[in-house]
Amino acid sequence: MGEHRNWPERLHVVTGKGGTGKSTVAAALALGLAAGGRRTLLVEVEGRQGIAQLFGLDPLPYAERRVATTTGGGEVRALAVDPEEALLEYLDMFYKLGAAGRALRKVGAIDFATTIAPGLRDVLLTGKVKEATTRSQDGRRVYDAVVLDAPPTGRVGRFLNVTEETRKLVKVGPIKTQSEGVASLLRSPMTAVHVVTLLEEMPVQETLDAITELSGLNIPVGRIVVNSARPPLLAGGRITKAEIKRGLTAAGLAAGAATVNQLATEAQAHLTRRELEESLRLELAELGRPLIELPQLPGGVDRDGLADLAVRLMRA
Amino acid sequence: MVADVTAPRLDIDALLADPAIRIVVCCGAGGVGKTTTAAALGLRAAEVHGRRTVVLTIDPARRLAQSMGLTELDNTPRQVKGIDVEASGGELHAMMLDMKRTFDEVVEQHTTPKRAAEIFANPFYQAMSSTFSGTQEYMAMEKLGQLRAGDEWDLIVVDTPPSRSALDFLDAPARLSRFLDGRMLRMFLAPARTGGRSVFSLVTASFGLFSKTVQKVLGAQLLTDLSGFVAALDSMFGGFRQRADQTYRILQDPQTAFLLVAAPERDAIREAAYFAERLVAERMPLGGLVLNRMHSAESAGLTADEAQEAAERLEREGDHQDAADVLRIHAALLRQGERETAVAAGFTEAFPAVPATSVAAQPADVHDVDGLRTIGALLA
Repeated sequence: MGEHRNWPERLHVVTGKGGTGKSTVAAALALGLAAGGRRTLLVEVEGRQGIAQLFGLDPLPYAERRVATTTGGGEVRALAVDPEEALLEYLDMFYKLGAAGRALRKVGAIDFATTIAPGLRDVLLTGKVKEATTRSQDGRRVYDAVVLDAPPTGRVGRFLNVTEETRKLVKVGPIKTQSEGVASLLRSPMTAVHVVTLLEEMPVQETLDAITELSGLNIPVGRIVVNSARPPLLAGGRITKAEIKRGLTAAGLAAGAATVNQLATEAQAHLTRRELEESLRLELAELGRPLIELPQLPGGVDRDGLADLAVRLMRA
Repeated sequence: MVADVTAPRLDIDALLADPAIRIVVCCGAGGVGKTTTAAALGLRAAEVHGRRTVVLTIDPARRLAQSMGLTELDNTPRQVKGIDVEASGGELHAMMLDMKRTFDEVVEQHTTPKRAAEIFANPFYQAMSSTFSGTQEYMAMEKLGQLRAGDEWDLIVVDTPPSRSALDFLDAPARLSRFLDGRMLRMFLAPARTGGRSVFSLVTASFGLFSKTVQKVLGAQLLTDLSGFVAALDSMFGGFRQRADQTYRILQDPQTAFLLVAAPERDAIREAAYFAERLVAERMPLGGLVLNRMHSAESAGLTADEAQEAAERLEREGDHQDAADVLRIHAALLRQGERETAVAAGFTEAFPAVPATSVAAQPADVHDVDGLRTIGALLA
């Protein structure tokens, strides 16, 4: 039941351009890391209830709930962090506010603090993630690993770089201490930020930009995950209509001109796409970081698909 | 092409040609091709329909921005050169939103130079104008209001910010103006208005717990900055709210058409459905749904199952490997098309009256005017 050799970090932050499947990859990673009797926590912070949808559950409350079990008695718990709840919990922890906390909400103070004060919201969200990552019970870590389904590449740097934002505004007090604690965890070897991409230009460009940004912030970058990779068909790089026709005939199918033309057009589009994908793959490889490819799931993302991706991630 | 037989067809050309339509807002989840759609619509409006068009983009991919001649955030519409408008007499201009500069301009317009300088120097303003999560949406709305008020454009095409949720575009401005006009701020302001020394001298009596907690958590420095900011902004409150309300009303007017942009993926479709519900609730004019990146292969007499089986047969026999690959490509395309149609049908079931159009997936990404023209033709 030892460490997962290939994924030694304790906090895995998963980002990626919108539409690349970062939530799917985060869920699969949490499942994979829970195999063999371990316990992981999958956290989302953007209020999208993406985890509930992935696992086919009702919307998650602000509580750590089991969403899946794995081999050897392992389990994945999930948490949808709500910034208002996080602030109230936080105030309660430090100031024992109790009912007074609810009163604060009534006068709009909580709404104010979480949506208006720049950076504060992100300090609270990442603060909750830090608390879960470092939480112990009876001398043991409660979670073997925490996987954070983070904001997309365009906003992840700002999200993770909470100290900078708050330092400008908050010079003293517990929020400052809190954001410094988060900052040091995020910059430690316990953390890795994984970037999910597709082999398409814009996601790859955003991946490159995000890695530059994160490196500049001294936040450790982990793996690049290429999601929905297509199988390498037509390795030879070309095919003629005559060859298609012969193939159809050999397979006992009618090889009419319409069919052959349609297949040839599709093959050509595939080759154009593949050439582009190949150059993008090279661009990513040049970063010199570990690259993992996950296949397109033929049936879309369901529980079996997640389990399949989890196994592939752990092997990589 | 229409995504689903039951959805009425969205007639993009009729929309772009209609002189009564002055604003088209493209909204949807991140990564569905909003910016490309907005640019393609703008190009078509200028080239085909002869309209003097401006495209307001928020955060375009670099190469797409370059294709329209945009190299930096400069908040000024720039004419797009090298397009085919001789016959139509239209024009295409494009601009990228500079959030901070737009905010600065708003401040300058609504207050004295001395006050403006105080506001610009305030750390709270600096943070808020560049990082507050709703500022980009609010400023996009503000810029749209400015462009419309100038009345120099036949058509304004807006690309909405890459927000956490597409709904933020509608909600953030209201949230910001609620803040600027809200209870919280009046509490902060009360002492400033009466010339009290401390922000909390007057509120302490009724909000003792509140102020104590806030001071403890955030520190006194922040409160000093904030109260300075608020005091300086005081004179501008009316202006802020009035403008946000005004723009909101324009968005409810029939001169506006919202286009929901989505890709045939569950998340994107769900986001489009949320947005559609909201538009209906707010009585905002929903023009239709644009489905990008649809794969719809023709079967050409060969179903997915037949192609799959034939590929397996050829592979077993060990011959014609390339032909087997071609058959696999065909089967995968047909299946993807079926899956996407089923996902897209989810939207049409919920909103059967909303017209839809779809754009076939392109083999390569779009980053020049020719590519935008192709997308425009596919949209129409």
